[in-house]
Amino acid sequence: MARYFTDEHEWIDVEGDTATVGITDYAQEQLGDIVFVELPDVGAMLEKGKDAAVVESVKAASDVYAPITGEVTEANDALEEDPALVNTSPEEEGWFFKLTIGDRDEMEGLMDLKAYKAFVDEL
Amino acid sequence: MTDIENEMADEAEVPETQALPLDAWHRARGGKMVEFAGYYLPIQYSAEHGGGIVAEHEWTRTQAGLFDVSHMGQLMLTGDNPAQALEELVPGAISNLKPGRVRYTLLLDDNGGILDDLMVTNATPWVPAEDGADEEEGTEGHWGDPAYYLVVNGAMKWDDIAHLREHLPDDVSMSHMDEYALIALQGPKAATALGRVMRGVPDSLTFMQSTIYNFGEWPLRITRAGYTGEDGFEISVPAEFAESLADRLMAEIEVRPAGLGARDSLRLEAGLPLYGHDLTTETDPVSAGLTFALSKKRREAGGYMGHAAIAKTLQDGPAKTRVGLMLEGRLPAREGAQVYAGDTLVGTVTSGGFSPTLGHPVAMAYVDTAHAKPDTALEVEVRKKRLPARVAPMPFVPHNYYRGS
Repeated sequence: MARYFTDEHEWIDVEGDTATVGITDYAQEQLGDIVFVELPDVGAMLEKGKDAAVVESVKAASDVYAPITGEVTEANDALEEDPALVNTSPEEEGWFFKLTIGDRDEMEGLMDLKAYKAFVDEL
Repeated sequence: MTDIENEMADEAEVPETQALPLDAWHRARGGKMVEFAGYYLPIQYSAEHGGGIVAEHEWTRTQAGLFDVSHMGQLMLTGDNPAQALEELVPGAISNLKPGRVRYTLLLDDNGGILDDLMVTNATPWVPAEDGADEEEGTEGHWGDPAYYLVVNGAMKWDDIAHLREHLPDDVSMSHMDEYALIALQGPKAATALGRVMRGVPDSLTFMQSTIYNFGEWPLRITRAGYTGEDGFEISVPAEFAESLADRLMAEIEVRPAGLGARDSLRLEAGLPLYGHDLTTETDPVSAGLTFALSKKRREAGGYMGHAAIAKTLQDGPAKTRVGLMLEGRLPAREGAQVYAGDTLVGTVTSGGFSPTLGHPVAMAYVDTAHAKPDTALEVEVRKKRLPARVAPMPFVPHNYYRGS
């Protein structure tokens, strides 16, 4: 399984034809205490770079964009009960949704862990 | 990710963002600095200091939070009868405010619109008698020249200063105390902590009272007030002593730093309106539910800017009313969200967020007065979804002011 990152602070785990998407530890720290996560419906078609989810923290609402194009196959229902999972376990239990990988070429521009770490260090 | 709306960084018109006296102090405690009212201020602190908005909020509700509110404008009016002069610009009674007493009031425009809300303290000094003098008459001193200390919103202070300069007579002088910092210590343990540092001071004050206190060589003005709904104090301190004072207070076990984020969620729970959001020139004291700030005598007598419009609104009743809304679930409705009664648009949310104390979202909104009664069922639209909401009395979380034992 390979993990990729975007410059919008999302992570993407790729396993076969499916990708799991969440936000990074850096992102959750920037957002602060998260009180609500609005996830896409299963079956929704997401387009790379377009709205996919909304994260409400105590201070503001923030958009999460689809890192790649694809169809949503599963949303993390656990976030409905416990949105703070995004704070406590952003890169494991606090995943957002899974989607089919529509276009492999879209993976080209994504960062690996090392590149993402370097990117965050620059911020 | 991008902010859809950032409630904290707005309304700044001053071109260059400036550092306040406690800037380095905040950064040393992991303060996440944002621009607010033309200054850098911490929205929250790192885990080992404040611990983020919710932790800082909860700490202030149970212990004592230390807030830097030095961005606010501190003004002093002196000269020829400043109380009477100020009364021409505000609807509150200032002339009958005793020395050491504090009153919440409003600057109004000609239409009764709210230019700013502010705290006015009668800061007239007590002048002790010279040794031996006056003792035969049984007096130990006398009140000095009248002085009024004003604290206005940071984002509005330049406009307020211009407004006051334009309308106050020439024989009233106004000084902008921009060489002073302002530190708020808020929470049920604020008096315990402050009393350990400055013995006897908390006992000498009840809510909305103010005193001068010389702490060693530091001349402080300490006022028992704040904007969190909790007991607490605002301490005006010369900028050069601000860091040392903050350190002295922070050395107390009950005290932790708290940022702008917690300040906003605390004041929202306390039902306290925030200028620029819940109060604007488009709102008036009657619609805003601030009739307590309209002195009873002056409602009829008038003699202040905006009185005619306000007298009419008092008589006719306001078209819109500021209400509290309780929402179900966890999705907050924020400023700008529209409020519906069935299919009819009846109002707009002016501030809202998640209440850490209550565990669900709350909001303030202006709604058509017909829908303003407590328990009225309404809906708020957030991202095309209708959320059930109920008109609720404010404060959402009871005030905990100290009014004397």
